[in-house]
Amino acid sequence: MTLDRVKKGQSVKILSISDGLMRIQAIRFGFAEGAVINCEEVIPAGPIVIRRCGQQVALGRQMAGKINVAIN
Amino acid sequence: MAHCHGPDLTETIKGDKRIVLAGNPNTGKSVFFNYLTGLYVDVSNYPGTTLEISHGRIGNDVVVDTPGVYGISSFNDEERVARDIILSADLVVNIVDATNLERDLFLTQQVIDTGIPVLLVLNMMDEADRHGININVALLSELLGVPVIPAVAVKKIGLSEVKDNLPLARPGNVTPGVQHLLDAMIGRVANKGEALLLLEGDQIISGRHGLEPGEYREEIYSRRRERVNIIVGHAVEMASERKSFSQTLSGLMIRPITGIPMLALILYGMYKAIGVFVAQTVVGVTEETIMIGMFEPAVRGLIGEFTALDSPLGQILAGEFGVFTMTFTYVLGLLMPLVAGFYFFLALFEDSGYLPRLATLVDRLLTGMGLNGRGVIPLILGFGCVTMATITTRLLASERERIIAIVLLGLTIPCSAQLGVIAGILAGLGGQYVAVYVLAVFSVLVMAGTALNALLPGNSSDLLIDLPPLRVPRLDNVIRKTATKSYNFIKEATPLFALGALLVSVFQLTGILKFLQNLLAPITVGFLNLPPEAATAFIMGIVRRDFGAAGLANMSLSSIEATVALITITLFVPCIAAILVLFKERGKKEAAIIWGGSWVVAFVFGGMVAQLFDLFGQENSATAPLVMISFILMTTIVAAVSSVVKSRKRKSIVV
Repeated sequence: MTLDRVKKGQSVKILSISDGLMRIQAIRFGFAEGAVINCEEVIPAGPIVIRRCGQQVALGRQMAGKINVAIN
Repeated sequence: MAHCHGPDLTETIKGDKRIVLAGNPNTGKSVFFNYLTGLYVDVSNYPGTTLEISHGRIGNDVVVDTPGVYGISSFNDEERVARDIILSADLVVNIVDATNLERDLFLTQQVIDTGIPVLLVLNMMDEADRHGININVALLSELLGVPVIPAVAVKKIGLSEVKDNLPLARPGNVTPGVQHLLDAMIGRVANKGEALLLLEGDQIISGRHGLEPGEYREEIYSRRRERVNIIVGHAVEMASERKSFSQTLSGLMIRPITGIPMLALILYGMYKAIGVFVAQTVVGVTEETIMIGMFEPAVRGLIGEFTALDSPLGQILAGEFGVFTMTFTYVLGLLMPLVAGFYFFLALFEDSGYLPRLATLVDRLLTGMGLNGRGVIPLILGFGCVTMATITTRLLASERERIIAIVLLGLTIPCSAQLGVIAGILAGLGGQYVAVYVLAVFSVLVMAGTALNALLPGNSSDLLIDLPPLRVPRLDNVIRKTATKSYNFIKEATPLFALGALLVSVFQLTGILKFLQNLLAPITVGFLNLPPEAATAFIMGIVRRDFGAAGLANMSLSSIEATVALITITLFVPCIAAILVLFKERGKKEAAIIWGGSWVVAFVFGGMVAQLFDLFGQENSATAPLVMISFILMTTIVAAVSSVVKSRKRKSIVV
């Protein structure tokens, strides 16, 4: 499934990111493929807020749709 | 390519050694910079950008600051500037947030991979302690191969250690698997740093050497990420964290149910502080008492010594729109308090970490207008100064988003100076007219945004924004930022005001003002239902939008007339400065369309409000609500049509 379908509070593992530029930025932020992240907040029809260790990042919903994850 | 070789700044700042401070955003770099350089700091614009780079001295060496970045490549202006300055460094002092090592060490490792000697500073060690993060400093230093100094900059812990240990900076351990790639490249370019960025496919660096950009970016990035994760895994212990108050607050700020009321409360607080306290009480003293009461008579007295005040020259220098009277009364008496008040709030937003949360909250709303949440930042800045905000649209990811943001800024966002005057007039009209004004301007914002989103080719980028921990802003920092920005504003605005004053005086003396007034009369009188003199305010509004609004304040208008005039004048593209920047940023053709378009939109919608009031009967208590309903309907229709057009387009691309 994709990250935009994850529910608040769930912990997921990133399997793949289908957008090239996004993949590069994700590596820099620390949530590359293989990383386990926590879904902190899902804004209705809006961004997904994820946390990995101390870091929080807000991702647009469409972008979240390009990230394949599995429930951890 | 805009600049084909190294930037001038790297050559103009000379010293025995070049020490460069680098780090992610919000790591507290500025405290170290100020400590190392002391009082004597130069701020200069980086060539080809609007970024201001500070540099100072320590002994015979020079210290250069860089913008906060997550890595060095060419994703945006900040990164390009940071990249060039870091590549020119003799040693890099890398400041990292000890609570966020997994993210921050990516930049550290990238700098280490360039072969430049590094001194690593672990800032915010106290916060790391509080969060139960335990860092083995010696092991971290061993794994990275560079000296590591723990610090708490705001409590002045570790500052002198950084200064004393500068000579110990050394090249660290290159990411495993990258060295052999570098070896193959190193003979072809000047240094290891450029070789690395070439391999990482940096377009600009490869352009400078006339080489093809490398294809190893993803491979090197992945290896580096892996390396950083291993280092953090070994050197950092993390206790499971319990939810802190700031995390709870952060959640409340980005959830619409609680976030929107909080935003409303903050805006109301700002309105009370800037719109009421500063615009009325403070400006009352600075403009009326000091500038008009004391400064202007003094200037007139002085100029009266040399020439008669009612002569054309006397009028130009010290008349109603005099170069030496109006310019300073406006800039120092009226604008400076408003602008400073606004920048004070802006600094609070920046330092507390509220802006990225606001971007998250409004992302959904802005995607409908072809922007992502990040677009709220220039729009908010626009309430301070539209000119500066236009320049900051450079932080948006695509040209498409920049055009949309610039149009919305020019069209619908009144700047702090204008807002002060508008708030003053609106306050006298009563609630329903305030509502009509706000709704009409907001409707135009939504209609313009959704229509542009449908009409412009391509798609906008998605939100990706780091949410730094919420922090209580430090007052000294906030005040310093406010002072710097206000000073820069005055420096840039004063010559333009003098020019504007000169133009209006000349127009008035030669009768051109009267001629233009008559020329506009069919629109002003016939369509907007305003008295003919209102045209003067519009003409003045071309010079400065707030100038126009001020002109309206001195006319006796009915509530409806005032509302119509204010809506029209708000929708104009703002002052000469903003227009100049618009032409500089967007080129002649596009800028001319945007500028001309704003005139059409301003008069069409101003006139529409006037005609609707006429249609529903002027004196009826249901009139204002009916006007508002009409605008809501119109906006809904435009938004709906736009979204249909947009989705059709998207489908046709897929097919």
